[in-house]
Amino acid sequence: MTSAAVPPAPVTPASPDTGTASPTAGPPALHAAALALGDDALVLSHRLGEWAGHAPVLEEEVALANIALDLLGQARVLLSLVGDEDELAYLREERAFRNLQLVEQPNGDFARTIARQLYFSVYQNLLYGHLATTDSPLAPLAAKAVKEVAYHQDHAEQWTLRLGDGTAESHERMQRGLDALWRFTGEMFQPVPGLDLDWQAMREQWTARVTEVIEKATLGVPEGPQSGAWAAGAGREGLHTESFGRMLAEMQHLHRSHPGASW
Amino acid sequence: MATAHQPPSTAPHHTAAGAADTAALESAFDAAVAADERIEPRDWMPDAYRSTLVRQMAQHAHSEIIGMQPEANWITRAPSLRRKAILMAKVQDEAGHGLYLYSAAETLGASRDDLLDKLHSGRQKYSSIFNYPTLTWADVGAIGWLVDGAAITNQVPLCRCSYGPYARAMVRVCKEESFHQRQGYELLLALSRGTPAQHAMAQDAVDRWWWPSLMMFGPPDAESSHSEQSMTWKIKRHSNDELRQRFVDICVPQAESLGLTLPDPDLRWNEERGHHDFGAIDWTEFWSVLKGNGPCNEQRITQRRRAHEEGAWVREAAAAYATKNSERKEATA
Repeated sequence: MTSAAVPPAPVTPASPDTGTASPTAGPPALHAAALALGDDALVLSHRLGEWAGHAPVLEEEVALANIALDLLGQARVLLSLVGDEDELAYLREERAFRNLQLVEQPNGDFARTIARQLYFSVYQNLLYGHLATTDSPLAPLAAKAVKEVAYHQDHAEQWTLRLGDGTAESHERMQRGLDALWRFTGEMFQPVPGLDLDWQAMREQWTARVTEVIEKATLGVPEGPQSGAWAAGAGREGLHTESFGRMLAEMQHLHRSHPGASW
Repeated sequence: MATAHQPPSTAPHHTAAGAADTAALESAFDAAVAADERIEPRDWMPDAYRSTLVRQMAQHAHSEIIGMQPEANWITRAPSLRRKAILMAKVQDEAGHGLYLYSAAETLGASRDDLLDKLHSGRQKYSSIFNYPTLTWADVGAIGWLVDGAAITNQVPLCRCSYGPYARAMVRVCKEESFHQRQGYELLLALSRGTPAQHAMAQDAVDRWWWPSLMMFGPPDAESSHSEQSMTWKIKRHSNDELRQRFVDICVPQAESLGLTLPDPDLRWNEERGHHDFGAIDWTEFWSVLKGNGPCNEQRITQRRRAHEEGAWVREAAAAYATKNSERKEATA
């Protein structure tokens, strides 16, 4: 491990609206990109891991754990490109994490978890799908991960349909979940330095797919803004929501209690 | 099983067939079991054999899903990403084992919903070992090494159980359990060789889990209520005390390799018997936990019920959607 205990270089917040910002690829930009995507996967994996033993049906214990494991695998590869995976996961403070605020949102009920999965898996599938076709050093990882993520997306879409078009109660819960998380979806399309992607096109593809699934599920596409009062992209700059600190406290406590120990 | 294939015996055989026919079926069944043939779901079988198997498979399935709780307790605090991945995979395997075993029970006409109701209402049990708490990270290792180790000792003979679907499910379960046991051992080894605090954590966990693990083999042979018939039916192949002795003999050298001690001053090699002697088990504690007075009985069943109740609307939605979908398909057909 070389530099992970030091907070990573700040992500350049410039030009959030151009949709095409793409700093030259090089170690700092590559690290920033790997950290952003790695933190997304790490944090969402952790949240899904909280479902273990609490899922509504045994098949979902298996499915949610499977998705969590895929994401954790992605996180470990990505973080290892930046430094020591454990130092990065366990010894950074909240403000040094670069994940989207969406993935850190608490699980809520099953519908809210599915809404979070829908928004994120459609995004991650597009992102990895496009990234796999570039000459980025992350392309091989993306090509492998996109196969896993296609399953995650299918899982989320199938449940969105079941809940949306199931009973009156499930319909209402699913709509509430979609509405509650909508304001965290805008930040997904803020360009991540080091990733040479057409973010505007990705946003359009994401919106088209999510709209199609939501409407097929007899639900309504949320109408509110896609970002909160803070500029979209806050998570990528290390600004998180309150519950994230407690999530990290739980995640990091044991590791931090035994400095220098190996496990 | 090579003998006459009968329709699944939902109808009571003793009224459908005459007494003479029943006797013939029964002796064919007994002969098949004696010849180590497998009984399959559509074969004729005595009602008591069927109900014994359903009870045992259900209890086993319940143990897998309740057993997820003490380990899931540490998923969010696992101290390295590698350990976290291993633990998540292990807890996921347990859910998978629950699925195979409920499915195996369904081959005998039981339904998963009904079996879950029996678990939730306390009419069916799960392994008492899961009524102990996981207080430190080392408990994850102790569960893997000792609890999964004891489970494997119990379960390997079940791969040769006379009932085919159970035996086949157990082959897969045992393969995964042996990976679980190795990860537990390896986790404890890392702690034992780690800092003094880590070593102490490992020793404390082994001290707490050793005796409850020995109790997992059930009461002494003289007091075991289901053993004899199950042995005749080849559902069970070895007695509780035989398996317990086998487990102790396996663990002693492993504890030495781990650099940890087992909390039993009477534990020593008996040259004459070719086995380790060990101290008296506190059966009062065993019966007390079994009756519901363990440290976590209340907590485990409450969490299980809550997950089930809070998930009811999800299952209802899935069922409603499936119905709508099939109606739509019929309408367009």
